Amino acid sequence: MFQGRDIACDRGERRIFSGLDFQVSPGQALVLRGPNGCGKTTLLRTAATLLKAAAGKLTWNGADIAEDPEEHRARLHFIGHQDAVKGALTVRENIAVWAKVRGATEDRIEAAMSAFDIAHLTDTPAQYLSAGQHRRTALARLVASPAALWLLDEPTVSLDADGTACLQRAIAAHRADKGMVMAATHIELGLDDVEILQLKLQ
Amino acid sequence: MRAFQAIIARDLLLAVRQGGATFLALVFFLLTVTLFPLGIGPEPAILARVAPGVLWVAALLAAMLSLDRLFQADFEDGSLEQLTLSGLPVSLIVLAKIITHWLTTGLPLLLAAPVLAVLLNMNSEGFTALLLTMLIGTPALSLIGAIGAALTLTVRRGGVLLSLLVLPLYIPVLIFGVSAIDAAVHGLNAKPHLLLLAALTMAAIPLCPWAAAAAVKLSLE
Repeated sequence: MFQGRDIACDRGERRIFSGLDFQVSPGQALVLRGPNGCGKTTLLRTAATLLKAAAGKLTWNGADIAEDPEEHRARLHFIGHQDAVKGALTVRENIAVWAKVRGATEDRIEAAMSAFDIAHLTDTPAQYLSAGQHRRTALARLVASPAALWLLDEPTVSLDADGTACLQRAIAAHRADKGMVMAATHIELGLDDVEILQLKLQ
Repeated sequence: MRAFQAIIARDLLLAVRQGGATFLALVFFLLTVTLFPLGIGPEPAILARVAPGVLWVAALLAAMLSLDRLFQADFEDGSLEQLTLSGLPVSLIVLAKIITHWLTTGLPLLLAAPVLAVLLNMNSEGFTALLLTMLIGTPALSLIGAIGAALTLTVRRGGVLLSLLVLPLYIPVLIFGVSAIDAAVHGLNAKPHLLLLAALTMAAIPLCPWAAAAAVKLSLE
């Protein structure tokens, strides 16, 4: 169970939100909603320990995350605004590199590529990909190395309907496998049984 | 440990694919050194006298040339963020990138140095010392440079600022590197200078990745 209690975050001098509580349990998906600038990205980056919360506490099964941030980082996937895909490497190499960096073996890479329907692009250098294919390559990381918590920041940007369906299936499989998802999105992801966390402009 | 090796393997693969950096640093090193005989004149005695200093200054500048790409490319496309989320401490990630920088810049410079030493008519007694100072000193260049590269990550056109930050810190490496070769050329004992240079590098190994990691974390906030 991943929990946040009384979280407050600052960007620059500005308080983005405060007194925020949330929790995600295994198999659950938490969707962040709210207008631009209400702190969806800030909350996800805080949950990934990329940002420090100004106040409050994040816990994993009751244990404070601040005590061992590396351990927390190893059990999460963060998909941000940038794809972290290298143009000089092929699609397969891009996925394999991140799987290896995260200590996973290569045996799930083929499955990851079929999950996002980019298996036919295996040996294509990523610099020749379209924006949507680029995004799919980034998302394939989710499947290529297992992680309990997925933090997705606008994951459907540049994806077509088929790509969004691939993501839905991947999320459903992850949840069926006791995985947790926190996602910020403007469009309907088409997931069943989600919790909604509504953020407001301060 | 596997993640650490994976990061080095990744950066080496990227260096091979993108080629450029190593080649540029080497050509820069060759060109700068060959400018000196043209500028000072081809008098062998004078060239032999200035050879250690010229080689070290040129190596220092060549190593600096590729520093701004050390974190920049990964910072821009989000890879640096993903690397810090790999579960490895950020200082180790930085150390992995420093090792790759040395393998792709310091090591080629080290291998090219003896050839250029012949070109500058350096006394053959100095060759062992030259190789040893390069072997001990160039890792310090990558280590110290990483701090500058990390600090200038969010600065637009940080290249100039980077050199202003890093060059003063390179001075001790330059002094002990050159004095060790000079001592060897004049038949004196080069060991004290080499030991001081080694002490510098040894101190930089734990300190620099730690400092650069702090700067990297700040730039990601």
